[in-house]
Amino acid sequence: MKIVLNGKEEDFLQPLTIWDLLTVKNLEPDRIAVELNMEIIAKTAWTKVALQDEDKVEILSLVGGGRGNE
Amino acid sequence: MNDDFELGGATLENRLLLGTGKFSSHRLMEEAIRRSGVQLVTVALRRIDFDSREENVLQFVPPGCILMSNTSGARNAQEAVRIARIARAAGAGNWVKIEVIADHRYLLPDNYETIKATEILAGEGFVVLPYMNPDLMVARQLMTAGAAAVMPLGAPIGTNRGLQTKAMIQILIDEIDIPIIVDAGIGRPSQAAEAMEMGAAAVLVNTAIATAGDPVAMAVAFAFAVKAGRQAFLSGPAATKESAEASSPLTGFLR
Repeated sequence: MKIVLNGKEEDFLQPLTIWDLLTVKNLEPDRIAVELNMEIIAKTAWTKVALQDEDKVEILSLVGGGRGNE
Repeated sequence: MNDDFELGGATLENRLLLGTGKFSSHRLMEEAIRRSGVQLVTVALRRIDFDSREENVLQFVPPGCILMSNTSGARNAQEAVRIARIARAAGAGNWVKIEVIADHRYLLPDNYETIKATEILAGEGFVVLPYMNPDLMVARQLMTAGAAAVMPLGAPIGTNRGLQTKAMIQILIDEIDIPIIVDAGIGRPSQAAEAMEMGAAAVLVNTAIATAGDPVAMAVAFAFAVKAGRQAFLSGPAATKESAEASSPLTGFLR
């Protein structure tokens, strides 16, 4: 199964949920947001939503920033 | 005298707002916030980089400090709305600084798209602070759209050139009933004081502090300047005159 994760194509051999993906990527679930095909997925649904082939996943967090892409 | 600043349902004592970009470390940013007493900071939303993990910036923002996510990177209203919603999901809370920029040389905001984004996000319960090019009609439209404050630029982002748009900002201060916060271009504490003397409700500073030789000391200097400028505004600055007027009494002693 291929998904596009943060703009990069990645292959996974087994089906996985958003939660599984975070575990594989060694990400703490706090203070991050997940968007699946342009829709924000609520944290409570991360264990339930299974990723499909060709899905576009964005995982984002807050960083220091002022303005204008500083 | 109580001179608290009411903004988006919060009460702030400190009228210096800080952008957290460009600091050489999170620790330095945290120290700058603590020492200057800043109570509101902006943060940005980014894709997580799986190859180089950073510590989350939120760990370094002191408790009680309001977080305001910005929509930097947005080129239109739709992108700004998307960023704001994701930032809220990532733990940024309800405060958003709308920044819609399609011009890459001067990083000037798109006022029309900014109004559209303000209307949508204010309708979704966000406390919306739009970054804008100072224009009275636009400021009125932003207010109608539900903005909690209006944030005109003093000069293009990161230029440290001060209040190049001073006359237009003064018009906003005189005519608009919601807080006017000068954002972008303020490069020196004296320029922050100048904005506050004019009656700005607050100033938002980033580059001038984060890239100073000693960012913590500069943050403190800005906090003093903002207080001094505010105090001067409240005191009613004395009139300027063409010719001299002695400030010592003329006693007639020598003639």
